[in-house]
Amino acid sequence: MDIMKYTATELSEHIRAKDISAVEVVEAAIRNIKKYEGNINAFITIDEEKALEQVKRVQRLIEKGNFEGRLAGVPIAVKDNICVAGLKNTCGSKMLYNFVPFYSASVIDKLVAEGAVIIGKTNMDEFGMGSSTETSFFGATKNPIDTRYIPGGSSGGSAAALAAGECICALGSDTGGSIRQPAAFCGVTGLKPTYGTVSRYGLVAYASSLEQIGPMANNVKDCALLLDCMAGRDEKDATSVKRVSYSFEKCVDKGVKGIRVGIPVSYFERESDREIREDVLKAAELLKENGSVVEEFEMNLTDYLTPAYYIIACAEASSNLARFDGVKYGYRAENYNNLQSMYENSRNSGFGEEVKRRIELGSFVLSSGYYHEYYLKAMKVKKLIKQEFSKAFEKYDVLLMPVTPMQAKKLGESLSDPVNIYRRDICTVAANLTGSPAISVPFGKSSSGMPIGVQLMADCFREDNILRAAHIIEKGR
Amino acid sequence: MDEFEAVIGLEVHVELNTRTKIFCGCSTLFGGEPNTHTCPVCTGMPGTLPVLNKKVVEHTIAVGVATNCEINTINKFDRKNYFYPDNPQNYQISQLYLPICRNGFVDIETGAGRKRIGISDIHMEEDAGKLIHDEEKGISLIDYNRSGVPLIEIVSRPDMGNAEEVIAYLEKLRLIIQYLNASDCKLNEGSMRADVNLSVKRKGSNVPGTRTEMKNLNSFKAITRAIENETKRQIELINSGGVVEMETRRWDDVKGESYIMRSKEEAKDYRYFPEPDLPPVYIDKSWVEEIKANQPEMRDEKRARYIKDFGIPKYDADIITMWVKMAEIFEKTTEICGRHKKVSNWLITETLRLLKENNLEPEDIAFSPENLARLVVLADEGIVNSNVAKEVFAEVFNNNIDPEKYIEEKGLKQDNNEDNIRKIVERVIENNPQSVKDYLEGRERALGFLVGQTMKETKGRANPALVNKILKEKITH
Repeated sequence: MDIMKYTATELSEHIRAKDISAVEVVEAAIRNIKKYEGNINAFITIDEEKALEQVKRVQRLIEKGNFEGRLAGVPIAVKDNICVAGLKNTCGSKMLYNFVPFYSASVIDKLVAEGAVIIGKTNMDEFGMGSSTETSFFGATKNPIDTRYIPGGSSGGSAAALAAGECICALGSDTGGSIRQPAAFCGVTGLKPTYGTVSRYGLVAYASSLEQIGPMANNVKDCALLLDCMAGRDEKDATSVKRVSYSFEKCVDKGVKGIRVGIPVSYFERESDREIREDVLKAAELLKENGSVVEEFEMNLTDYLTPAYYIIACAEASSNLARFDGVKYGYRAENYNNLQSMYENSRNSGFGEEVKRRIELGSFVLSSGYYHEYYLKAMKVKKLIKQEFSKAFEKYDVLLMPVTPMQAKKLGESLSDPVNIYRRDICTVAANLTGSPAISVPFGKSSSGMPIGVQLMADCFREDNILRAAHIIEKGR
Repeated sequence: MDEFEAVIGLEVHVELNTRTKIFCGCSTLFGGEPNTHTCPVCTGMPGTLPVLNKKVVEHTIAVGVATNCEINTINKFDRKNYFYPDNPQNYQISQLYLPICRNGFVDIETGAGRKRIGISDIHMEEDAGKLIHDEEKGISLIDYNRSGVPLIEIVSRPDMGNAEEVIAYLEKLRLIIQYLNASDCKLNEGSMRADVNLSVKRKGSNVPGTRTEMKNLNSFKAITRAIENETKRQIELINSGGVVEMETRRWDDVKGESYIMRSKEEAKDYRYFPEPDLPPVYIDKSWVEEIKANQPEMRDEKRARYIKDFGIPKYDADIITMWVKMAEIFEKTTEICGRHKKVSNWLITETLRLLKENNLEPEDIAFSPENLARLVVLADEGIVNSNVAKEVFAEVFNNNIDPEKYIEEKGLKQDNNEDNIRKIVERVIENNPQSVKDYLEGRERALGFLVGQTMKETKGRANPALVNKILKEKITH
């Protein structure tokens, strides 16, 4: 069997049992990278030497015996906004084209302690701002299922690397759907955890109050395993929370008997793609067959989701990205004659169009005279949305809906009309605004042969519910 | 012509003396090599997050309690956005919407009597780094050692009317904060900084004038001069038909005048918004009560205790308790040697004189209570005469020498041997017949000269009272 077709759970078991050499696995991943990267461009940085060094260390530990790392020898691709000490961390931007952090994100330390091997840093929309991985300074990533299509974004590199067999697991970050949407387009599984579950220390911030690092993998169980290894309160992140410890991985197999599933039809009946709608309804049937109670229901505030999301996300981004000024690290303009022009020229040519658009929008909604009209209003709407979802979660354990209202576009088709693109985040941003966990799991294919994903969302701290439902859907695929 | 009066409010920044910075574990020590007290957090590296130092909250609550403030249960931090290289993130974490302390006051005493100065709020924030401009090379360097050092800003109500009141208010704050051991409050080192908001209005009128903000005030003297100068400037401007503009001015203490730093048009829009990386801080009543219960003895209590328990005059107690360091030395010294009034004398006369002469503050006192106690005993018991004692004290003050050893080595013990002194006196009388004659003719001053000559012969060691007595005997008999 092709090594790269194993799940992470199986692989690390075999590696710990010394049936398979960890080095062999990493070498297989590197072989695939060499074979496919020319076409896909999923990675910004690949450090073969470092990966082999790491895996040899893991292999030595295994040979000494007693190594119990749950990700022993599993090659993992990391989105290029999650710092790994010694590896370039560009965020897909010219602004950080040469930035090498000397510290690692807390999640990286945790994964490495479990024996995971970081094989490289994956391509992304610049600073996470986009949903096609086309706004990267390092060129677009292509969808391995059909390279004429976008892989989605912003964690498009991680999703594509998984779909192409260039890694076993991957990390993405999800501010408004950036894990779930590319997972859907590339036919892989991606989970955004409850806000505070995974430390954000070392994740270059786009919108701090909305985003989480999350697992991406070829199956639900691997996502759960990865989340088990990453979750936990971190002293370095004041917004991380201490959760009652339970194994996410052990939840996966529990079935959906008695799970109450709600389908918020108002979300997608108007504008969404017919094939996607049908797919979601088929998934609902499947859950019903397995013992769920499924019900359609209405939600009222759906029109306000994306406007509130974009105001809050851009406001935070305008401040979070202020530190990229050409003074301390990263790109500095060649020409300037004083401090002001150094700032202006560096930021003007260091940032791409979409990033500048969002910084401008964010600065505007925070400026005096508009703060109350926009930012504060958006925060109030956020509160109302949270209330509406809390009410829904009194009735339902899981909400079932599409990941995106539209199917994957071809490369170059989707950059011209930002407002329309923003609107397509309607199904994913709710989980970020409410802090809820949500998963995207592949189910079915479109007539053009591209994968379709369905989304499951649960109340905060109830990843167990969506993992159980997602596993039923993936088994019935 | 109308008479005017000034309306003055103060913004006082105080650096708290915590061991570590407000949002990371770096040392706050002053004077390290540039950028040695830094880490990824306080240099604003991508992906890093702030974590609040609890000690900062404790100090601020203590200051709030001591200045009669209400302590807010729910505390939030906000971001103040502005671009400047001393601020590595290009935003400062501060508090705007929900500051920790509100509605306090302190009572001051001036020549005009007692007055209550209101405090509108006290908030916590982080300090910035320091820019060093190398004019020769035409470059600027940044030292981030101060970046992230905790500050509190104490905002007064515009309750002061002249420089005397302002200085009294600052002295009061300084004492409170020093007694709480929350800061050393040195204006010259910048651990206490005051910005002055000043406007003038016609006497008796309720119509407030337009205020200006004065910055760069590094001493009480500069503050006094700046207030007098700005009051005059505004009155003259109005009297000559001009209008005071809302602006920020910078005081030049060398030239004795101020100039415009920022006009109203240039006023910055800081685009404040809630800091998403720090969850709200809840301060429950029991925490405040605990801090209240552990509050150290404040100045007024200490002063009363000195007068009552140690029997020193109010005048002495006033001076000694004006500085925590002085009070500390007083208490430690008297613990060793008693003689409270004598110790007090040495502190409020010789010590203050030498401090002034050397341009030092009481905080800079370097001698030990042990050595002061030894000296007090030596002088009090007549082992050295008072002139020698002053000389020896200078050595104690400058080099913290052991006075017992010192007088032993230098042979400075007072000579009380009447026979020895008589011999020398006889010689002096013999050598100065004119002075003897003058004295006998009623010129008292001549005796002083003869005492001086005798002391000189004994190298200052003779007991001056004995010299006096023997001289008189010898001349008149």
